[in-house]
Amino acid sequence: MVGSKTVGRQILNLYLPLALFIVFLLFPFYWMSIVSFKPTNDLFELKFNPFWIQRFTLENYLYLFQNTDFPEWVKNTLIISVISTAISLLCSILIGYALARLRFPGSNFLGVGIFLAYLVPPTLLFLPLAQVIAKLNLYNTYWALILTYPTQLIPFASWLLMGYFRTIPKEIEECAMADGCTRMETLLKIILPLSTPGLISAGIFCFTLCWNEFLYALIFMSSGPMKTIPVGTVSDLIKADTLFWGSLMASAVLGSFPIAFLYSFFVKYYVSGLTAGAVKR
Amino acid sequence: MIGPETVSRSRETFKRHGRWSLRRLLDRESSLGVILMIPGAFLLMLFMAYPFFLGIWLSLTDSMIGRLGHFIGFRNFIDLLHDSIFHQTVRNTFVYAMVTVPFKAVLGLGLALILTNRMRFSNPIRAAVMMPWIVPTALSALGWYMIFDPVFSPISWLLKSLGLVTKNVNFLGDPKLAIASVCLANIWRGIPFFGITILAGLQAVPHELHEAAAIDGANAWHRFLHITIPAIRGVVLIAALLSIIWTFADFQLIYILTKGGPANMTHIFGTYAYQIGLAATDIGQGAAIALYMFPILSVFAVLLLKYLRRE
Amino acid sequence: MAKVILENVSKTFGNVEAVKSFNLTVEDKEFTILVGPSGCGKSTALRMIAGLEEPTNGVIYIGDRAVNDLPPKDRDIAMVFQEYALYPHMSVYKNMAFGLKLRRFSKDEIDQRVKWASEILGIQNLLDRKPRQLSGGQRQRVAVGRAIVRKPAVFLFDEPLSNLDAKLRVQMRAELSKLHDRLETTIIYVTHDQVEAMTMGTKIVVMKDGLIQQIGAPLEVYNHPVNMFVAGFIGSPVINFFPSRLVSKEGRLFIDAETFQLPIPQKKVSYYQSLTGSEAIFGIRPNDIYDRLYAPDRLRENFVRAVVDVIEPLGSEIHLNMTSGRHNFVAVVDAQTSVRVHQEIELALDLDKMHLFEKNDPNLRIKTDS
Repeated sequence: MVGSKTVGRQILNLYLPLALFIVFLLFPFYWMSIVSFKPTNDLFELKFNPFWIQRFTLENYLYLFQNTDFPEWVKNTLIISVISTAISLLCSILIGYALARLRFPGSNFLGVGIFLAYLVPPTLLFLPLAQVIAKLNLYNTYWALILTYPTQLIPFASWLLMGYFRTIPKEIEECAMADGCTRMETLLKIILPLSTPGLISAGIFCFTLCWNEFLYALIFMSSGPMKTIPVGTVSDLIKADTLFWGSLMASAVLGSFPIAFLYSFFVKYYVSGLTAGAVKR
Repeated sequence: MIGPETVSRSRETFKRHGRWSLRRLLDRESSLGVILMIPGAFLLMLFMAYPFFLGIWLSLTDSMIGRLGHFIGFRNFIDLLHDSIFHQTVRNTFVYAMVTVPFKAVLGLGLALILTNRMRFSNPIRAAVMMPWIVPTALSALGWYMIFDPVFSPISWLLKSLGLVTKNVNFLGDPKLAIASVCLANIWRGIPFFGITILAGLQAVPHELHEAAAIDGANAWHRFLHITIPAIRGVVLIAALLSIIWTFADFQLIYILTKGGPANMTHIFGTYAYQIGLAATDIGQGAAIALYMFPILSVFAVLLLKYLRRE
Repeated sequence: MAKVILENVSKTFGNVEAVKSFNLTVEDKEFTILVGPSGCGKSTALRMIAGLEEPTNGVIYIGDRAVNDLPPKDRDIAMVFQEYALYPHMSVYKNMAFGLKLRRFSKDEIDQRVKWASEILGIQNLLDRKPRQLSGGQRQRVAVGRAIVRKPAVFLFDEPLSNLDAKLRVQMRAELSKLHDRLETTIIYVTHDQVEAMTMGTKIVVMKDGLIQQIGAPLEVYNHPVNMFVAGFIGSPVINFFPSRLVSKEGRLFIDAETFQLPIPQKKVSYYQSLTGSEAIFGIRPNDIYDRLYAPDRLRENFVRAVVDVIEPLGSEIHLNMTSGRHNFVAVVDAQTSVRVHQEIELALDLDKMHLFEKNDPNLRIKTDS
């Protein structure tokens, strides 16, 4: 409208603060990247400016693949994340549909219960859960995480999908049922195809959370080759000598890369999943 | 269309399958609802509800890892009340949560206000500012671990070359600086959540409201105060309550940066419970530490629920 | 109260010309309506007057001032939006007081004005409620109240009745007209509904594709449209158009529409003479077509035969959809007419009311008429 900012004020009010934010938010990633591409010895050279790379090298990455369990960690993290996501999505679709569309005894109570479950943090449960896992003899196996991650994923994913299913007009389902579909068939043939964005958001949320999870993985996986990327990096790559920084940062960069890559294609879905929690539709 | 074939088909179903068959159960709303909840409910029961109550039981015993203990009533809880490290832990956790959340909210609001403007490259920029939230915390924590390192910190290097300090700053090892450093990393990680959430709230405000206010005589500041703030108040509050709950129950960031030190100055409930329960194997007391979180979290959870219901 | 003048105003968004060389003078106290189909630029023109958009070219005057550089709050205008835009967290009272508070009116003055406005609109009992507790019609009144409380020089309305149900719309039309009489202010009103335009305005401005097609009093525009678009846009049911040819036969001028020929009234011959032999579009309104049996005597001589397709009895009149050769057209006939579908009917046309549009003219302008 008339009277809005001039170019000079724009630079001051908009681009300068934006630049400051971007520098602040992205600096750690910049730092991690350049350290991973520098020979660790260079860190000791006092005359080198630490903010850029004087000598470019891939030796840290090579070390990572040849001398550590990093490849195992990648495999573990991938398998666990994919399977946990699949299980959680399946359960969440069923719960989401039940809460969105069906009236059954206890549905209100269960709905609140699911939401409260979202707020129960892993730090509250990890000690007794360790006992449970030990008693079930699942210690140090994939199952320890594949069965426990859904408890962190199902509540939010159900809630997200429930909200999504609600936006599909009831009339479409009623029409399908009049045409002869059972409820399960309408779920499969009508609701799910129409909910693809919601499913993608929920799937991305689940996958990211599994990849990032730390506490349960720390406690339940004790041996090197069974660890996930975050736990392995923290526990096995920080050594007594001071020469580990290069490979540590290389592992951190590589470990983040798949998520960042996934993210760049699905920004919309990340954002909608994130805001589903706080902004009403 | 419901024709004679559909009617006779469902009659067939009834005749062939009887009242309690799976087919019939799947068709009735009330039974289907219960059936669909079962898989998820089973997992949540076994790995969330049961451990929760097991945790309560353990906190009332003197169990150690590997050895089941005896019932000792509230002794663990009372012992903790006399434990000076526990006092410090409680103080730290409140500082950690209550200091970082306002910073995250204000900075997030600032970021959101910047991002509402139409500008070139807005999509890549939005993608970029979300990175701290997206990247696995454990891994970005390692970045901060090095940024705060007593020998290799680039911040120290910068401060030294600008002549502001004479020797390296020990961000994580100095008992007075550690909690601030940890808070900084937490704020850094949390800004995108607030930023993107508040941005969505800002974009939900119909532009006619701003136009009506402009015609009524409001300048940019008035519009911010009377239109923008009331409109996003709900969103900010919900995000803040969620953030408080999450920060209270945090573990990763502190464990990786300081493990709770130096001198227990950065221990929070999660890390202290870990140290006592697993490292020192006193699982009974560890469970008690974790349970002390529960009433506080419940208060915030109830507030959140109430507020969400209202919106 | 003030005059509003738009001088050669235009607005371009990217490479879309939303408004092209717009020239309009709205006199003090006039109720001027900008009407046209979606996308014709009427809302853009209104928003430029408000200061919500900057003109790409041209000058806008409110009163004696050129206001191009003035922000909305300094133009002494008030606006009522289609979506009402009420402040959701403020009570009705506060909504109406907001603008006055910003302009530092005293509490007493504010209270007086709000009460005055709310009484005019019949919302005095709603002052403590929040917008979400009000019905659509009530919200609309609050929006109007917020505008009149400021006693501005010009009122701007952007399709305010579009969100109301039909019955309420009819009621509000009358109320807005009464409001105009009572307040004696300058109003500029935008709508896509030609019924609103005809019934409320003292002057209507018909727009299409960013250009003004015609400016005039409602009846003027109805009876003497300048081109085919205006003729087709104003008037309900829509005017009938027949592609035809002007022929000369036995020294008289005729309209030849293949399945019927009608003689042109003597007094119009001089206007249409030059088109003899060429194609033209013959226009006549449904209300000017009569069932021959019930038509006035003077019209019975020349008639048209057609087959009835659809009969729409409205009680006070009957709308007939008919076919004659390749022409489909509509007539509004006497309620007593007793014809049946697929039957043939004879129709008398009041050719004094006919319009003729030049086929080769890109604007399909009417041939010079009286």
